[in-house]
Amino acid sequence: MKMIRSMVLVSGDSLSLERGAEQVLQALQNEIQAFGLSDEVSVMMIGDVGRHDALPMVIVYPEAAVYGPVRPEDVHYLVEEHLYKGRIANDLLAPVRELSGRIAWVAARKGTLPAEQRIVLRRVGLINPDDIEEYILHDGYTALGKVLTEMTPNEVIEEIKKSGLRGRGGAGFPTGAKWSFVAREKSAKKYIICNADESEPGTFKDRIILEGDPHSIIEAMAIAGYAVGADEGYIYVRGEYLLAQERLRRAIEQAREMGFLGKNIFGTDFSFDIHIHTGAGAYICGEETALIESIEGKRGQPRSRPPFPTTYGLWGKPTVVNNVETLANVPPIVLNGADWYRRFGTPSSPGTKVYTILGNVNVTGVIEVPMGITLREVINIYAKGMKGGAAFKLAQTGGSSGSLIPASLQDTPMDFDSYAKAGVALGSGALLICDENTCVVDLVKVLMNFFRKESCGKCNPCRIGTQRAYEIMCAIAEGRGKMEDLDQLLWLSENMYLLSNCGLGQTAGTPIKDMLKHFRAEVEAHIALHVCPTGVCKIKAFA
Amino acid sequence: MPTIKSLDDLKRIREEALAKRKAKTTSGQVQITVAMGTCGIAAGARDTMKAILETIAEKNLEGIIVTQTGCIGLCEREPIVQITVGDQPKVTYGKVTPEVARRILEEHVLKGQVVQDHVVPL
Repeated sequence: MKMIRSMVLVSGDSLSLERGAEQVLQALQNEIQAFGLSDEVSVMMIGDVGRHDALPMVIVYPEAAVYGPVRPEDVHYLVEEHLYKGRIANDLLAPVRELSGRIAWVAARKGTLPAEQRIVLRRVGLINPDDIEEYILHDGYTALGKVLTEMTPNEVIEEIKKSGLRGRGGAGFPTGAKWSFVAREKSAKKYIICNADESEPGTFKDRIILEGDPHSIIEAMAIAGYAVGADEGYIYVRGEYLLAQERLRRAIEQAREMGFLGKNIFGTDFSFDIHIHTGAGAYICGEETALIESIEGKRGQPRSRPPFPTTYGLWGKPTVVNNVETLANVPPIVLNGADWYRRFGTPSSPGTKVYTILGNVNVTGVIEVPMGITLREVINIYAKGMKGGAAFKLAQTGGSSGSLIPASLQDTPMDFDSYAKAGVALGSGALLICDENTCVVDLVKVLMNFFRKESCGKCNPCRIGTQRAYEIMCAIAEGRGKMEDLDQLLWLSENMYLLSNCGLGQTAGTPIKDMLKHFRAEVEAHIALHVCPTGVCKIKAFA
Repeated sequence: MPTIKSLDDLKRIREEALAKRKAKTTSGQVQITVAMGTCGIAAGARDTMKAILETIAEKNLEGIIVTQTGCIGLCEREPIVQITVGDQPKVTYGKVTPEVARRILEEHVLKGQVVQDHVVPL
């Protein structure tokens, strides 16, 4: 098996090409072969690297050393020093400069890769989740104590606002703003809900947090309760997460016994308690208003908005609904301050993100890295390259409703704003990585089947749209498709986006839109030539 | 368990726990941590845990603490077992079947030789 330990990128914008980037790439390939490193080092050309003062540039990972300008005659020395002997060729490094964007953060974590930056997962895999003492030993409940004894609710909200924390469930809504909406409501009763339904296929980051560090969620919910003036909280856990439920129950019991939950916490007049509510396996119940309906004992169908849950939530009271990972970020922000948190990630999306890696890669698993890492870095550094050396074709971020990211976008920094600018969505943090043997028609067909089954049926665009989309995708996959079907698909996805009541219908068309935007030729081959280029679909037209 | 009424109470409990842990490491105690997230359990961590406990009982070993923890992120290498002997650095083992677990106890814990072919480089 090829195990890539180092990745070399050559800048490939027009100026670099004019200055001989092709020759540098060629020289790198030759030298790496000459040193016998072909199986350990990958070399590739990328697009614009974001700075233009020392082109062509060569970036070597995992050290993230930026070399430039590099001439073909420098390459032998560079490969010998850095890749063969393993030390940075200082005299070739690009001048240090005030940087912005992607390269800024590449430079900022110089020497820190492949170590991840763990904030949310800092205790997971280190402590015994069933023992509250170990949690306390690792700074547990200190943030709650600090908040209750030293800060006013308003100060807490301001600190969270200042940190720039954005919701990690997929939409990226600013957490501080959400809290302030609930805080300013005049109601005697308010609720905090932790959304742990995590039903996006392929996402399991919340499970890792709940199973490995349940007390951090309890602490964060109590902090949120103090900030907005709520005294009761619900954790809505996905029904399949039996171990997470068991550990949460134990954790809540222990927290009650030690007085972190209940009446007069830390000797103040703040009281807070938490209930666990388990889901029953419906995808739609991860949507916040359907989740609220489900807690109330009704059928899990989304409500019409407005009013939003921040004014009319659980039992009609103002309610904060936060994702598990969002909440897990709260205690460290309170303890270390907003400025500390802003040191990680990008200016628009500070902090870290937990990703679950799955698909055709050598190493699958969980990582927590600063916002703004690129897909190429994740695949080559953390996932150790594609399985069997196959080429990367596309990635789906954030489960079924996420975007399809083609290879041409793999150098886009993964943060909310950069992805929005590129017309894709970051989603909940699942990275499904597919190689060249994946048929995009087959993939989208499977996704549509999922949506068709999970649609709650409350509104027409979603209930009928997903079913129609699935039928058309089946027809295309079997070679019965017509060119007009593609227009119909686009029309469907557009209308589902505009007219559906909730996030399920609004995002169900995303894979279709992305498929037709980035892989149209492959879809048309199914229709016009009755051929599946990857040989996955069983074309029945001539059978 | 004591009830916490102020920040000082919390600090005191923390210091007590810290002292307890320090006493463990300086006395050369062995700590065995089995990763028991859903991924670990699905890969057979319960059997591994059982094998470790049985072996300890069979051989009447003393001064060993066996605990569990969550997933460390290397789902590919589960079941994962981490071993700390006294104040030596932690050793992480991957793909620990019950047989491998017995070998680790025999060679690493009793004789002090790390079982190199199952070590996960971190």
